[in-house]
Amino acid sequence: MNDPIRESMLKKSKAAKRETFGKTISFLAIAVIVAVVAAIFYFVASKGISTFTQNGVNFWDFLTGSTWNPGSKGADGKPLVGALPMILGSFFVTILAAIIATPFAIAAAIFMTEVAGKKGTKILQPVIELLVGIPSVVYGFIGLSVVVPFVRSIFGGTGFGILAGTFVLFVMILPTVTSMTVDSLRSVPRHYREASYALAATRWQTIYKVILRSAMPGILTAIVFGMARAFGEALAVQMVIGNAFTVPNSLTTPASTLTSVLTMGMGNSVMGTLSNNALWSLALILLMMSLIFNLVIRWIGNKGGNTK
Amino acid sequence: MTKPIISTKDVHLFYGKKEVLKGISMDFYPNEITALIGPSGSGKSTLLRSLNRMNDFQDNVTITGSVNIEDKNIYAPTTNKVDLRKRVGMVFQQPNPFPFSVYENVAYGLKLEKKHTKEEIDQIVEDSLKAAAVWDDVKDKLHESALSLSGGQQQRVCIARVLAVHPEVILLDEPTSALDPISSGKIENMLLSLKDEYTIVIVTHNMGQASRISDKTGFFLDGNLVEYNKTKHIFMTPSEKETDDYISGRFG
Repeated sequence: MNDPIRESMLKKSKAAKRETFGKTISFLAIAVIVAVVAAIFYFVASKGISTFTQNGVNFWDFLTGSTWNPGSKGADGKPLVGALPMILGSFFVTILAAIIATPFAIAAAIFMTEVAGKKGTKILQPVIELLVGIPSVVYGFIGLSVVVPFVRSIFGGTGFGILAGTFVLFVMILPTVTSMTVDSLRSVPRHYREASYALAATRWQTIYKVILRSAMPGILTAIVFGMARAFGEALAVQMVIGNAFTVPNSLTTPASTLTSVLTMGMGNSVMGTLSNNALWSLALILLMMSLIFNLVIRWIGNKGGNTK
Repeated sequence: MTKPIISTKDVHLFYGKKEVLKGISMDFYPNEITALIGPSGSGKSTLLRSLNRMNDFQDNVTITGSVNIEDKNIYAPTTNKVDLRKRVGMVFQQPNPFPFSVYENVAYGLKLEKKHTKEEIDQIVEDSLKAAAVWDDVKDKLHESALSLSGGQQQRVCIARVLAVHPEVILLDEPTSALDPISSGKIENMLLSLKDEYTIVIVTHNMGQASRISDKTGFFLDGNLVEYNKTKHIFMTPSEKETDDYISGRFG
């Protein structure tokens, strides 16, 4: 029997083979990514936990202790690894930067999408994208040579501190938050605008009551995204924050963040010692926080999706 | 003879260089339903949108001639577009409720005016939803998202939203083309019941709908108003050959 049709039906076609090949490639790629992420989590977690398991530091003491000097021991014989100054520092700069950046970002995004015509957007869009691409060391350098002296001349002191860090982070996250807000405003369907105008709303009423409101999940996501970026930013902050391991009691005195302590300390500690393990614990906290930011973004996204 | 509430005189409208309306002169009378029919691209929707200046949002639109509402040209530079749209409301082809609750959708226009108390707004919302024949469907879910309603219910909520601000004229741009026949029927009956209070202009692709509900019908072709007369006249004894061809389905 030699039936060519039967044969071709039973054999795998070229297209099917190509499909299997493509599926295998993309599966391998995703498997590598998942493996890398899992490995990073495992590595950071196992190192970070050893502070508590091997060196016997109480986890609660670690979070609430206010003295950071991993090389030496306190009066009670316990190691001085209180991370509270950095945790507070990180949260302060992040939240303050987000608070300042949000109104600017929303205003800029409204201008780009609703006020400026196509020409204005053509100029502003590349400017914003350019700002995203500037390396953080450049921001830090400008912060060091412009923002710090400026803060010093107005508030006195050294100029280093949370305020300087906030300003630098504000400029750094502004383009990210703005461009994401622009995207969410653009995705508001045109017919919402038309319906609003047809009900005798002015342009401002339409922007305020319909467009911003419909875009709110997207705008919140943009803000959280900016916060995640601010929380994780290391170099630029380290250059302007002053790097003092004390609980911040003013915006203009030197402080530190989780990231700044990490970049300062990683090269100067010996693997396996408490001071090294304590840094890993800080990294673990950072990782957990970015995970939380991620979950918040997803949660907002889902909530926004449900109302649609 | 009653005076027309809206009258257009020699309206030409261009998108860029393309002439979409080629000199439309048309009178719309109070408490009548006027249907605009014609094939796609004949300019009927464009004319409708020029009656409350919704064309302003498109780029490259030039319009000449005049659209008078009670002897005032709405294209005069002194026209307040917000006031104009308070008097001339519009319902669109696709049901387009805001992603808010039913109540907030209907109250939207009222809250903009800021002259009603909460109780008044509650009352107007209820009245408007009743007038739009959708109250029974939504009375138990006033505070649920309007997007969870069916298409027909959404469209009636959109009509209620326009009724709430109580315009004099309601423009409807193919309001039932996205809906099933039962929902369309409900909207047709509702429009007939609104005629006593409002002037209605409706663009429709549905010949049956035009003949059922309208008092006058205008037939558009290629940017021209070919024939404009009593609906009965248009459908029974059209004067123009094109009209006859169109309504009997020979083209379009």
